[in-house]
Amino acid sequence: MEDHTQHLYEMLSKVEGYVYPNEIELQWGILIVLYPYLTGLVAGAFILASLERVFKIKVLGPTYQLALITALSFLIVAPFTLISHLGQPLRAYEIMITPNGTSAMAIFGFIYLWYLLAVLNLEIWLDYRRDFVIWAKEKKGIMRGVYKVLSLGTKDISPKAVKLDDRLGYIITVIGIPSAFLLHGYVGFIFGSIKANPWWSTVLMPVIFIFSAMVSGIALIMVLYMAVSFIRKVKIDMACLDTIAKYLFYMLILDFTLESLDQVHRIYEAEESFDILHMLVNGRLNITLFIFQIFSGMIIPMISIGIIQVFKVREQVRKIIYLVTGILVLVGIFFMRWNVVIGGQLFSKGFHGFTNFKLGLVGSEGLFMAIMWMILPFVILAFLLWLLPPWKKQEVT
Amino acid sequence: MKSSRRKFMKASIAAAGTLVLSSATRPFDVLLMASDPPPEEGPWWGIAIDITKCIGCGLCARGCKVENDVPEEPFYFRTWVEQYTVLNNGEVKIESPNGGIDGFKHSVPEEEIFKTFFVPKMCNQCSKSPCTQVCPVGATFESPDGVALVDEKYCIGCGYCVQACPYGCRYFHPEKKVADKCTLCYHRLKKGLDPACMEVCPTKARIYGNLRDRDSEIVNFLREHDYQVLKPHLNTGSKLYYNGLSAEIS
Repeated sequence: MEDHTQHLYEMLSKVEGYVYPNEIELQWGILIVLYPYLTGLVAGAFILASLERVFKIKVLGPTYQLALITALSFLIVAPFTLISHLGQPLRAYEIMITPNGTSAMAIFGFIYLWYLLAVLNLEIWLDYRRDFVIWAKEKKGIMRGVYKVLSLGTKDISPKAVKLDDRLGYIITVIGIPSAFLLHGYVGFIFGSIKANPWWSTVLMPVIFIFSAMVSGIALIMVLYMAVSFIRKVKIDMACLDTIAKYLFYMLILDFTLESLDQVHRIYEAEESFDILHMLVNGRLNITLFIFQIFSGMIIPMISIGIIQVFKVREQVRKIIYLVTGILVLVGIFFMRWNVVIGGQLFSKGFHGFTNFKLGLVGSEGLFMAIMWMILPFVILAFLLWLLPPWKKQEVT
Repeated sequence: MKSSRRKFMKASIAAAGTLVLSSATRPFDVLLMASDPPPEEGPWWGIAIDITKCIGCGLCARGCKVENDVPEEPFYFRTWVEQYTVLNNGEVKIESPNGGIDGFKHSVPEEEIFKTFFVPKMCNQCSKSPCTQVCPVGATFESPDGVALVDEKYCIGCGYCVQACPYGCRYFHPEKKVADKCTLCYHRLKKGLDPACMEVCPTKARIYGNLRDRDSEIVNFLREHDYQVLKPHLNTGSKLYYNGLSAEIS
């Protein structure tokens, strides 16, 4: 408590202009930056998987299961960032029991559970059911039991049953696409519907969130596919990687266009809040916005992948470009979330000044904690890839 | 490929249609403002602040902190006073050191001042309050007599209401770990006492009263003065009316 007070006095000394006294302290820190980042990765990875499944882009086959399992790993972790940020985390369940019908945040639990249970888990289960049955027969000891449990007691792997799995999986993916949009679009709405905050309050916010989610999710799978192939010492399917990069390129263009439209509209209308936002982007946000989000997170990736679309580039160089741009995009979208969440709290709602944000290292809202929440999905992913190895799935003949 | 796209489109249209049909049973109700129409009986509290009367003594902010156990540090206020100084060159300087509790000092040479005045701030007790609208669990609610309150035993401490208040009138209580705000001293109001900030104000710059009672002090005040609310374009249904609200004030 004393440390916190001291921290606030330090922030008070750095206030520029005038902010309402209650605004010196930021309400939402890095955990709330992570939440939309994580759910964005989930939605994006799922959309990539659905390209293969629903839109029959078969060349993406090698990443289908990887994308689904990645989405699940990140989705499992996402709510913990929210719950651990709450002042009263033990009351979090109230949001499910007595949701307030007018609150955008109140539907969180329902959308989350719907997506987790009715979409992702079910789709993965249907996709793996046949393998569970086979693996349960092949394995011995504990693993046999594990796969038996995972198969939920089903044993039928006749072509008819497998076809039914496939059919149901297809239907769930079709339902999953709008669900993924809903999952992330609603996160955008949480910000976009706050009329008190002109940096957030834009009707484009949910749409921008959806497209930036697709950008980040596709970039993540692109990098993960390369990393997993490297670890497994197998050759990367370049046709697949090139196609992922192509979709990343398209999504980057769409996302960049939408975000530009939002800013151009804001600049052209130059409403009451324009001056303070102008100072915000040129001051406290200039590095995270212009350098990380726009320049290295969007423009460089767009140009580099764009070049590959036009010119013939050697495979080895392409791989390096994909790896570097993938990471740059992932960093860029993280800072996009940062600029929305933190940026939106740095200026006063009275438009007369700025407060400050300093990320602490320790504590539940500190950098180390954030890194832990960022590493955890990868640990879960590693475990799930061990438990449900896509490369050990047997082709249906 | 074409046929799968067609199937996808069909499924999407069917899903969207179901949504539209189901929402037609209560069209848009869930998306509308949080507040139900006010009950027709009983008092409907509002506040009036006369900027021309405020002398910036800060007793209101101090009285509020004492009465409501508001943390002492200068980051937590249910009410505070701002000093606006408009300079000859048109520049506006706003200050509120410790919420005005310790009074104000001139920070601008007198010859450079075009005009200066004090603006007391507190919860606007909006009738279409954004804070009530966004609370995910309904811990923030509007009392039947029009006061926005927080149930501190129910609040989950998400901070969404603090973000939603356009006036900066909410804070996160550092010990209780829940949202906190002005209650118009509801505990006093119910006993027929004035809110603490109004009781201690030496110039009666703040008054409150029943907006439904045509003979009440506040209704007479509104009749006799040109009043305005803060940020009217946000349509929050503010029930805090200012006399002498200059264009610089936000």
